[in-house]
Amino acid sequence: MAIKKEYLEQIIINNFPEATINIIDLAGDDNHFSLEIRSKKFNGLSRIKQHKMVYDALDGKMGGELHALSIKTLSDE
Amino acid sequence: MDNKIEDIIKDKINEDDLHLFMKGTPLLPQCGFSSTVVQILNYIKVPFSSTNVLEDENIREGIKEFSDWPTIPQLYYKGEFIGGCDIIKEMFEAGELQEELKDIIKS
Repeated sequence: MAIKKEYLEQIIINNFPEATINIIDLAGDDNHFSLEIRSKKFNGLSRIKQHKMVYDALDGKMGGELHALSIKTLSDE
Repeated sequence: MDNKIEDIIKDKINEDDLHLFMKGTPLLPQCGFSSTVVQILNYIKVPFSSTNVLEDENIREGIKEFSDWPTIPQLYYKGEFIGGCDIIKEMFEAGELQEELKDIIKS
C-alpha cells in the first residue's frame, strides 16, 4: 500500500486551506512521510486534538494506504 | 467495540501508572515508532508495563477504537491516553514529559 506525496498534499490543503505545510517523503517509497503543519485551527487545542484533526482529514487512510506518517502540528497565534 | 475487549484494555491501562501499547516488546520492539517511545521511557528512567498488540488482533484494532487514535504506539498515564510517538517525542524534547511523569520517575 502506498500513497503519492502530491495526493497527500492535496488532502491536507483541501482540509486546511489556511495552513502552511511541508511534507517530506522520507524514504522515497510513497510510504513513509513527515508532515509539518502550521494552522490557526490548532490554536488553543491540545496536541492530541491537533493530531486528531489531521487524522480526521486523512479519513481512515492512516494505517491503511498510508503506512507511516510522522506529524508535527504548530498553532499560528 | 466488543465489551470484553474494552474491559481487557481498561484492565491493562489500570495495571500500572504508565502503560504502553506497542508493536513488539520493550526488549525487542517490532516497529521504529514503538522503539522510539521505549527508548525515551528508558532514558528518563520511568517504570512502565506494555502490551504487544501484535499478539492479539482484537487488542490491536480495539485500542485504536478505544482512544479514537489510528496508530500504535499509544501511551497511557493514570488511565489516560497521553500520546503516540510524535507527541511523546515532542513532549520529551520540550521537557514536558519529564514534568508530567515526575511522580513516578525513579530518582
